[in-house]
Amino acid sequence: MLAFVIRRLLQSIMVMLAVGFIAFSLFNFVGDPVSLMLPPEATAADREEVRKSLGLDAPFYIQFATFVGNALQGNFGISLRLGRPVSQLLIERLPATLELATTAAVIGLLIGIPLGVYTALKRDSWTSKLLLTLSLTGVSLPNFLIGIFLILIFAVWLGLLPSFGRGDVTRIGMWTTGLLTTSGLKALILPATTLGLYPVTLIMRLVRSEMLEVLRTDYIKFARARGLTNNAVHFGHALKNTLVPVITITGLTLGELIAFAIITETVFQWPGMGLLFIQAVQFADIPVMAAYLCLIGLIFVLVNLSVDILYYVVDPRLRIDRAVAGGH
Amino acid sequence: MNHAAPIRSAFVIAICALFIAAADAKTLRYASQDDPQTLDPHSANLQPTTRVLAQVYEGLVGRDRNFKLVPALAVSWSQPDAKTWRFKLRSNVKFHDGQSFSADDVVFSVERALHPLSQLKSSLQGVAGARKVDNFTVDLAMKEPNPVLLNHLFQFRILSREWAVKNRAEAPQNYKDREDTYASRNTNGTGPFKVTLRQPDVKTVLVANGDWWNKNSPEKGNLTQVDLLPVKSNATRAAALLSGEVDFVIDPPPQDTARLKANANVKVVEGAEARVQYLAFDTNRSELMYSDVKGKNPLKDVRVRQAIAHAIDVEAIKEKVMRGLSVPTGSMIGPGVQGYSKEAEKRYAFDKEKAKSLLAEAGYPNGFAITLDCGNVQPAADICQAIPPMLSQVGIRASPNIVPQATYYPKLQKFDTSMYILSWGSVTSDALYTLQLLLHTSTGENTGLGDSNYGRYSNPKMDELISRIKVESDMKKRDALIREALLLNNRDVAVLPLHQALVPWAMRKNVDAVFSPNNIPYFFRFKLN
Repeated sequence: MLAFVIRRLLQSIMVMLAVGFIAFSLFNFVGDPVSLMLPPEATAADREEVRKSLGLDAPFYIQFATFVGNALQGNFGISLRLGRPVSQLLIERLPATLELATTAAVIGLLIGIPLGVYTALKRDSWTSKLLLTLSLTGVSLPNFLIGIFLILIFAVWLGLLPSFGRGDVTRIGMWTTGLLTTSGLKALILPATTLGLYPVTLIMRLVRSEMLEVLRTDYIKFARARGLTNNAVHFGHALKNTLVPVITITGLTLGELIAFAIITETVFQWPGMGLLFIQAVQFADIPVMAAYLCLIGLIFVLVNLSVDILYYVVDPRLRIDRAVAGGH
Repeated sequence: MNHAAPIRSAFVIAICALFIAAADAKTLRYASQDDPQTLDPHSANLQPTTRVLAQVYEGLVGRDRNFKLVPALAVSWSQPDAKTWRFKLRSNVKFHDGQSFSADDVVFSVERALHPLSQLKSSLQGVAGARKVDNFTVDLAMKEPNPVLLNHLFQFRILSREWAVKNRAEAPQNYKDREDTYASRNTNGTGPFKVTLRQPDVKTVLVANGDWWNKNSPEKGNLTQVDLLPVKSNATRAAALLSGEVDFVIDPPPQDTARLKANANVKVVEGAEARVQYLAFDTNRSELMYSDVKGKNPLKDVRVRQAIAHAIDVEAIKEKVMRGLSVPTGSMIGPGVQGYSKEAEKRYAFDKEKAKSLLAEAGYPNGFAITLDCGNVQPAADICQAIPPMLSQVGIRASPNIVPQATYYPKLQKFDTSMYILSWGSVTSDALYTLQLLLHTSTGENTGLGDSNYGRYSNPKMDELISRIKVESDMKKRDALIREALLLNNRDVAVLPLHQALVPWAMRKNVDAVFSPNNIPYFFRFKLN
């Protein structure tokens, strides 16, 4: 067990270094931040001075070594666009992204599971077919389009919900939350719905297919034969056994939601890490881009690592070699 | 009944007071796609930053609502000799933290703006240093005479010496040392607004400064607070204005202005920004990098450049690309800029036959192929696609090459182009800066001459004119020299000006805004009705 975890940890570190290197080398193609930090009318001498003051005159390997050295101490430099420490910016943006992604995942579970159960139990009804078709259109429409539609309907036409921002936030220590104020909750509805549409579809389809599978198994047939009520069979036995893969997928999806909230955050000016990243790309803000990519890499690595370890704990077949060794 | 009356009137007064207080609180919610880079007054020199700092910090001179230079923190000035400017300072001015303003602050701010890390050195063009004469008199010593120093000084911002020293922000922010200075997050100016909240990319709050020295100015509006709300996405920004969540959008998306105008609650004010879009040519190489002509450079021939000028239908660009929001011009500087002349505005007429015959005369009866480089910002990218079909009608087969802005400038700086589109703002409101950076022979030695002359146009006559304009202090003679230089550019087609873009500001009907040609709103002049 310990050896397994250590091996996976070492692999994770290698992955992180690779992510860092690829991210950093990509930035040579993003362009020159200096040209965007100065007005087009600036003189060549101005540009040279700023380039020097940013350390951009150093060769690539020195810039990368400095970056890794500083990153290990949690220091990602100063954002060229906002003039503030990157680590601080990321910490400030983390709560907004986490709240948005979590709410989207909760929406996915709360709507996806019942719909999945419904479409599995009433697989031939026209409502099920309609729901499945709708879910397909929902998932194939681009995220930003859905967001703009929602803004048009609920902000411009109906004037019910805000079209951008996070509303009033409450500060609890390092954390800021919009969940405790009315304006914060109102501001959350549209972006969370936009982002939640994909997990709704995903979970609904997953629950449906798992449920259909489970309903065909022998123990369901035996349960019915024992004369249990429909409700007891469907929710007591079938649904419970459906949920194991759903929980795994939800965990993995949460990671994706955090990483890919970029579009939704841009449409709604949601002050999260995704918005920070996309603006950094446009500004060629290298320190922010590098730090963000490393952070997202880290989130994925950690999610995968914990999933692997959980599987190892849960699934006895993975421990087979030890069991075999013990048997001899 | 009698004893009830005072209570009732007190109640009425309280209600009235409440209403007056409510009527007095005028908060303008302002949206733009960019957020200021920093709040340090001498660090960044970009529009989003200036748009905030111009509300907070003031300079020695200001501009009135017609953009005429007026006294600000200086009440008067004189030139005791050609190399000295003397400023008498205003005496009753207080910084936002309550300290009094004096000559020490000016001397300190001059030194700070001339610091190598400062991006605002151009606001002190020609200035070698400052010297305190007495508490309310300052001399600026010049390295070289600058007859239009006041135009430059308009951009120069003054901050409190004591405050900067106390908060260890004596020098502008240094990015390399990963510094996050106090002055990049806090402000202490003398201006009409103070910053009370700063959340990058979320919200910046400006509150009216009740102790502002100029609060009785007849130009003053009625805003008590301005909330700056950056909204990156074009569609969302327009939606926020339509839904009434913001009152003022400085950069409405061009494709939405018609829709915004059609809305009964929204109005659009259009003004001409002192910025000219232009086309420029590689006139230096003996063979173009991106063309099918081998062994020679067709753009070296003035007749070819004139043919291109004749082939471009700038009215069509105005109508189809700019949706009416442009003023075609033949001059690199617009009205309101020192040295402007009507004569230099004259464009080459749109005349395809003339263009064809000029090309034939130059030895290219069948035209040639060439690449047109542009950055991926609007409207340059759209113009970049509109021009090639026009050129193809006279035989020049141009293909547009649109690249991200962050790679575009480095490309130009390496002279890696044959023909390109850029825009140029008369930041100093004077022609010299434009002429010497765009049209002077490029020295390649960071001397400030020809730095932005990426086509490396070179004409000794132009160089001579520019060097004379630089030192001429008789404004009449100077304006005549500028006119001569602008006319020479027209004849030579060194760069081909296309138009001045009209900048739309979109706002709710109850907002009363005053447009300024530097595209910066001065909120103290705004009114909310």
